[in-house]
Amino acid sequence: MTTASTTAQRSSGSDPALPMRWATVLLLAVMLWPLAVLTEFRPWILFDERSLSSTLHFLATFVPPRMDAEFLLLLARETWRTIAIATAGMTLAWLLAVPLALGSTARLSISALAQPMGLLPFAVRTALRWTMVVLRSVPELVWALLFVRVVGLGPTAGVLAIGIAYGGMLGKVYAEILESGDPAPTQALLRNGSGRLQALLFGTLPQCGSELVSYTVYRWECALRASVVLGFVGAGGLGQLLDSAAKMFSGGEVSTILLVFIALVALSDRISALLRRALA
Amino acid sequence: MSSPEVIDRILEAPPPRHALRWIGLGVAALVFLSFATLDLRWSDFLSRGAMQSLGRFAASFFPPESSPGFLRRTLDGTLETLAMSLLGTLLAALAGLALALGASARSHDGHRSIATPVLRGATRTALNVLRSIPELVWAALLLIAAGLGPFSGTLALALHTSGVLGRLFAESMENAPAGPAFALRARGIGRLRVFLYATLPQVWPQVISYTLYRWENNIRAAAVLGVVGAGGLGQMLYYHLGLFQMRESCTVLIAMVLLVALVDALSYAARRWLNR
Repeated sequence: MTTASTTAQRSSGSDPALPMRWATVLLLAVMLWPLAVLTEFRPWILFDERSLSSTLHFLATFVPPRMDAEFLLLLARETWRTIAIATAGMTLAWLLAVPLALGSTARLSISALAQPMGLLPFAVRTALRWTMVVLRSVPELVWALLFVRVVGLGPTAGVLAIGIAYGGMLGKVYAEILESGDPAPTQALLRNGSGRLQALLFGTLPQCGSELVSYTVYRWECALRASVVLGFVGAGGLGQLLDSAAKMFSGGEVSTILLVFIALVALSDRISALLRRALA
Repeated sequence: MSSPEVIDRILEAPPPRHALRWIGLGVAALVFLSFATLDLRWSDFLSRGAMQSLGRFAASFFPPESSPGFLRRTLDGTLETLAMSLLGTLLAALAGLALALGASARSHDGHRSIATPVLRGATRTALNVLRSIPELVWAALLLIAAGLGPFSGTLALALHTSGVLGRLFAESMENAPAGPAFALRARGIGRLRVFLYATLPQVWPQVISYTLYRWENNIRAAAVLGVVGAGGLGQMLYYHLGLFQMRESCTVLIAMVLLVALVDALSYAARRWLNR
């Protein structure tokens, strides 16, 4: 034991990489400085007397969470609205994604069987792919902000935002999944004169159907989270309730809403895992 | 076993999947109820007047504002967003590592105490809470403590991401082979150095790649956090949309999309380089 500890002590000063490690740390610190300036990173304002007292006041009102029947009823209604916005948005996204994915996937191309894909089909597929890039590169919250300007406050904006942003995302991933499997069965069907629908149903889908379903379920879970966030720009649901509660400093309401939200996320996690296992 | 039996079994119809029917029914019911209970105003949206106003709305975005002064402000906003995402991710990686140490704590032979499972449970609960509250909600709550501006956005990103990263890091620490750490511990080397010289080098590649992946996510999040007043491009967008300055909003939107595309490309290149 003594020998072991003396060896450890003797070797402690002689880490051969030590200067290098310090140099890296120093370099990182120098690079961090402009970041801290840009983000106005001043942790001490958290402990500034005024902000600390208002924070502590706010946190103190978190307990007990507000639990009266009227508020719980309101909460239940808004929770259902959150779920409904997510589900309706996903339905819209799915309706948008399926034609986009089928249109843009190279797997169902007939002209690509023998030679490089024809010019017109290639142009159409590229155009569809770029449409999806545009749809998904604007975040759903920004779509919601824009739609709130057009259709007014309320769930319509949330449903449209999720439908469009997730439509682009689902379409891209669907097309990738369709192209990831073994091309032989689909090509064999297409070469022997079957239509595209038959080739899809009997050649491509049997290989990657479960992957498609499991990705869709995972996205539904994401849509549920997104629909809470969309409430902050006025699309209804739990987010809107949380926003107004936080603005009115009513900590009891905030803590109840947060608890419900955490439970909802955990529940959707569980359901999604269950569904994926059942459908695999 | 004779071969005809095997063939019979292969040719047998697959077991019926009753579960599928119920799941399908459940999904259909959920979709129907969702559409039925939401007061969606499709008529407002799809009517001819609405279409025209939508067209006018879309047209008012063009051409994007391109005066040098505004471009300069947009560049500042973009840099602020970038800095928020970088610093937030970095803080989250550090906090995530610290929390992951607790969440992956193991009791070793001879050191059986109640403290280890308590520490494990507490840190895991903390990680779950941090993770299940989205960045935007954190930002809205932090405004009270940290005030308007990019600082609360950075903290919000760091809080949510440390929950995500902490869980991922804890998993990779648990899956790391225990040999090297055991070898050091058997020679009487202290915990800190066992972690620094045995566990950390083993999980380092995963730490880096998870952190890069989250950075990519965070830049998207940082771009929109400003909607609740937490700085960056989102705050500019919210401000100009609120004043119906559509051409300015369009410039900000373009900057947002370009930033996300740039970071995607960088992160893709970095990961290819790391996985070489």
